[in-house]
Amino acid sequence: MVGIKSYGAYIPISRMNRDIIGNAWGTRPIGGERSVANYDEDSLSMAVEAALNCLDGEDRQGVEGLFFASTTSPYKEKACSSIVATVADLSKNIWTSDFANSLRAGTSAMRTALNTIKSGEAKSIMVTAADCRLGTPRSVDEQTFGDGAAALLLGDSDVIATIEDVYSVSDDITDVWRTDQDTFVRSWEDRWVLVNGYTKNMKAAISGIMKKSGLTPKDFAKVVLYSPDARSHMDLAKSLGFDPKTQLQDPLITTVGNLGTAQPLVLLISALEEAKAGDKILLASYGDGSDVFIIRVTDAIEKAKNKRGVKRGVGLKMMLPSYQKYLAYRQLVSLPEEFIKLFPSASVMWRTQKWVLSCHGSKCKHCGLVSFPIQRVCFGCHSKDEFEEVRLSDKKGKVFTYSLDNLAGGVDPPTVQTIVESEEGGARIYCLMTDCNPKEVKVGLPVEMTFRRFHREGGFYNYFWKCRPAR
Amino acid sequence: MESIKDKIAIIGMGCCKFGENWNKGPEDMIIEAAYEAYEDAGIDPKDIQAAWLGTVGAHWIGMGGLALAEPLKLQGIPITRVENWCATGHEALRNASFAVACGMYDIAIAVGFEKLKDTGFPGLGVGRGMHPVMEMRRTAPSSFAFIATRYFHTYGLSLEEGKETIAKIAVKNHKNGSMHPKAHFQREITLEQAVKAPIIASPLGLFDCCGNSDGAAVAIITRADLAKKFRDDPIYIKGIGLSQNSMMPHFQPGFDWTGFEVTQTAAKQAYDQAGIKNPRKEIDLAVVHDCFTITELIIYEDLGFSPKGKAKEDVDAGTFALDGELPVNTDGGLKCFGHPVGASGLRMSYEIYKQLQGKGDKRQVKNAEIGLAHTLGGHPSVSCVMLYGNDRG
Repeated sequence: MVGIKSYGAYIPISRMNRDIIGNAWGTRPIGGERSVANYDEDSLSMAVEAALNCLDGEDRQGVEGLFFASTTSPYKEKACSSIVATVADLSKNIWTSDFANSLRAGTSAMRTALNTIKSGEAKSIMVTAADCRLGTPRSVDEQTFGDGAAALLLGDSDVIATIEDVYSVSDDITDVWRTDQDTFVRSWEDRWVLVNGYTKNMKAAISGIMKKSGLTPKDFAKVVLYSPDARSHMDLAKSLGFDPKTQLQDPLITTVGNLGTAQPLVLLISALEEAKAGDKILLASYGDGSDVFIIRVTDAIEKAKNKRGVKRGVGLKMMLPSYQKYLAYRQLVSLPEEFIKLFPSASVMWRTQKWVLSCHGSKCKHCGLVSFPIQRVCFGCHSKDEFEEVRLSDKKGKVFTYSLDNLAGGVDPPTVQTIVESEEGGARIYCLMTDCNPKEVKVGLPVEMTFRRFHREGGFYNYFWKCRPAR
Repeated sequence: MESIKDKIAIIGMGCCKFGENWNKGPEDMIIEAAYEAYEDAGIDPKDIQAAWLGTVGAHWIGMGGLALAEPLKLQGIPITRVENWCATGHEALRNASFAVACGMYDIAIAVGFEKLKDTGFPGLGVGRGMHPVMEMRRTAPSSFAFIATRYFHTYGLSLEEGKETIAKIAVKNHKNGSMHPKAHFQREITLEQAVKAPIIASPLGLFDCCGNSDGAAVAIITRADLAKKFRDDPIYIKGIGLSQNSMMPHFQPGFDWTGFEVTQTAAKQAYDQAGIKNPRKEIDLAVVHDCFTITELIIYEDLGFSPKGKAKEDVDAGTFALDGELPVNTDGGLKCFGHPVGASGLRMSYEIYKQLQGKGDKRQVKNAEIGLAHTLGGHPSVSCVMLYGNDRG
């Protein structure tokens, strides 16, 4: 039986009350809050978070593929899936692939993974989807959009839900788009978009799968519909014969916003979190057509319920104090130039990938001392090249000492600098702390590691690890 | 292993006015310090047989020895450029000393300088380093703020107690610096000013940080047995210690962040050479690397002046004030004299040299016979301790 083995979701901790946006522009706020990726986050780093949440307790070496789906990949040419796989410490002998350019990319990646597993080519594949789309300043999109990511581990055994059937329709319609020249999402007249784009295609796909499978709306415990806003999915559900009150999954528009490519997967996770064995779930994505899945929850669902999913992600939040911070986070305003920059080197980053991306330290086989980054000669006993690599990214730590630095610059001063002592052999890691209230930092504060974007010197993105208060 | 004790004598020193020397290039500062030293030693530039130059940056005028050969027209002799973080000035003198001690040269010159104020940035810079990401946003203040946070935590000082303790060091150094006409900052401050100053990197405030200054300092040395030919009051090197640990103690397992092992080990080397058993009693004054006030507090302990964790008691008692039991940073230290990195080790030695000759002016320490100069560099990763005496013994 092919299906979902595990899930993980990631919602950035920052939320912006939509009143802040409305007040900034003198426009009507649409109500509620939206999630905002921190200044050091992007679709890739959010996909990593979701992937690591999904992999918690899973066999990483058994994962035979990793897909990354996004319309906001940090790269136009270069695979992010390979970066995510390396950061997640997966095997090198796997298939990685990026799915792009459509809000359906996440479900397309799911369908590809499903077929690959069904064909017997792979036993398990991870699908990640993330988006961090920009609405034009002052537009309703700016308020509606949110940032987030999801990861699903698909496989042929120990599944928490089976994927029973799949159906797709394709339709060329320039309703919502970005060209290669655009920073912000564009769209045509909204009534036309709703009627001839979203509603028509979703109906066609959902009716199609119902007909194909011989199921009726009553057969589903939950229906998970891509939702461009807080209302359209309700009208759609009603017109298809579902009861919006009992069957429809909350699209989280009022709490986090429209998460783009990640939205269908995030909402599916949300549904799985509340599901019980035997439940049938209908999942439908949208974007120049629609992908629809029929999913049946198995008895194994309970084992997934301690994963870091959507409920937890929605619940953890820190409010962004101003619209200016949002503009700064998304680099929509120019801040004072950084005076001294780190030197970029693709070859250095490649050579040191085992600790920069995979977060490996070295554990001395002689004296047991654990060091980060990897040390060829042991700090403790001088033995050379006699160490085993240990992964520190999934280990907790404590703040050994720290400073709140006003000189260090950056988007969001003060810079919280810490030395973390890892629970893995007391390894010491100098790192910046992110997603925190500087006032909560103290010696002994429990922290966890988080993968973040650092800078774009050299014309490419440099990523590395930070810490954040353990939550 | 032989000791350097009493093998080398300093016969002349010079030091330019430190500060924001907008109207002076490195060459101007080097010329001023060098010609003061020539005159002090009573030598002609042609008498110099070898030179060592210490500077950390200086990229804008080239590297190697040319930054020294060019302004002083020291042509046709060996010039070596050395760099060892904030111990760079000491490193120039140290290497010159070994070359003279072995008999290769009779007269050598050690020069240190830095021109920080042409960079357009008020501090030493942010997040440079050896790797594209691992030192992200590390600053000099934060590295030493780590020490302050951990020290206060370990020894149970509240933030208020800790800040007041290190503020007293700033007040002392400002008082001393106000009496030196070549210091960058020459005004006294109050305890309240120091405690309430804007935070640079918590818990360190503005007055906990040393000046970023331009400057140059010079020493002329010879073999001890030749020294009296040049002057009646040469100053002798009694010991030289140098020590390193990690490039980034930030990642070193077990690094305790309440002391600097490099200072302890460098001091031990120097004390052993000089035969110092009880540094607090035997040393008459010290000029130490107070890049931050917390650094000076820790140094008291690392040099063996105060017991571990007890430096606060000595600060409160005024032990290290100009009229105290063991005056420290009699010229204002890095805090007030300023910290042009490559010059600092030699500037410290300049103060000791003058004090041991009885030329300390208003700052003169009574009966000063043995003085210590200490530099600490990196994050912190390297330390040099040099001991001087006015008696060849």
